[in-house]
Amino acid sequence: MKRILLLLALLVTGACAAAAPPLPGDSVYRLQVKLTDQDGHAFPLAARRGRVQVVSMFYASCTMVCPMILDSMHLTARALDAPSRAKLDLLAISFDPAHDDVAALHRHARLRALESPPWTLARAEAPDVRKLAAVLGIRVRVTGAGEFNHSSELVLLDVDGRILARTATIGRSDPAFVQAVRAALAATP
Amino acid sequence: MLGVLACGSAAAAEYKPLPGGSFASVLPGDGKDASARIAPFRMREEPVSNAEFLAFVTAHPAWRRDNVPAVFADRGYLSHWAGADRLGDDAKPDQPVTRVSWFAAQAFCESEDASLPSWYEWEYAAAADARRADARADPAWRERVLDWYGRPSGHPLPAIGGAANVYGVRDLNALVWEWVDDFNALLVSSDSREQDGADKLKFCGAGALAMQQKENYATLMRVAMLSALQASDTTRNLGFRCVRHFAKAPR
Repeated sequence: MKRILLLLALLVTGACAAAAPPLPGDSVYRLQVKLTDQDGHAFPLAARRGRVQVVSMFYASCTMVCPMILDSMHLTARALDAPSRAKLDLLAISFDPAHDDVAALHRHARLRALESPPWTLARAEAPDVRKLAAVLGIRVRVTGAGEFNHSSELVLLDVDGRILARTATIGRSDPAFVQAVRAALAATP
Repeated sequence: MLGVLACGSAAAAEYKPLPGGSFASVLPGDGKDASARIAPFRMREEPVSNAEFLAFVTAHPAWRRDNVPAVFADRGYLSHWAGADRLGDDAKPDQPVTRVSWFAAQAFCESEDASLPSWYEWEYAAAADARRADARADPAWRERVLDWYGRPSGHPLPAIGGAANVYGVRDLNALVWEWVDDFNALLVSSDSREQDGADKLKFCGAGALAMQQKENYATLMRVAMLSALQASDTTRNLGFRCVRHFAKAPR
């Protein structure tokens, strides 16, 4: 019995060690930034490791294109079959930490009926927002008066945070991007 | 963040105060003619040198070229240095550091409690000459700036230490290209609602650009070059300097 327990313990520690090999050099999870979600939970970006993600950036007070960004994420997920969809996370990070506090994100999630899971709406501090946009290849610039010029893109991350695909198609799902999401999910257990 | 203040290089870099104010940028905020409003800030007198960057990677080994992950810097990162911790013949201590990525430049600036300038801050500082805060209307000034852009890029970089402008800031226009904080979004449309195709977004900003200050062709070239970069890119003529912002006034 003792031996079995020991063996079990070894197996468990072995499994834990194997679960966290170093991140690849091209992983966006190399970026050490803290995010806070719509329920006030803080987590490091790298905590997203282990599940495939569709990521984008938005801000809650943006009334025109940002809802379409979230729609596009939704449509991408909806294009999958249910078992695949269950393996996919949707992460939308705000450009606008000055206005999008936890309460604003929470309101926005309720208003848009974005359920968690799969949805995470998150905020980060201003210098980190810039770095997040940079690793994701999303272009953003403050134009004053709470407005942002930004590119509208969805980014697909594999379980280790490598960028597998991106799309600038907004307002409908992009078949090539959906196919890439499908392939990424098929490659994960 | 404050802790890193203590571990800078031996001689602290000089930062010069700039008053800011209303500034007619080549990139109007509304895509038409709105002036940029620039809050007072302080700018590094000189671009960051090889010697200063060597001190930085020595204090922060994660930014050595043999440690930095691909997501933060491409393979050209500091590739002209003789070693990961050595400058050698092709990188003189008093030359501006180049072949640095945006991420590395940001990290350096943070290490001296600063950040990269915004495009507006950089453009505003670079519009000055030795006598005037805004020399851009002077054809001779424009000629000089444009001259530099026309020079072949194969020559070794000169040392830091050009003439100071009215603010006491040097080498903005004729030494290296410089990273700015918002480098990659300069050509994004000022109206993100104009979105009915994947490609349109990339080009409608350029349309707005063409309307403004065409005579400042050199500045527009700089915008175009910066806009073409990824944050992990490095090039042999691209360096940086940092700015410090005053604490924000309460709203």
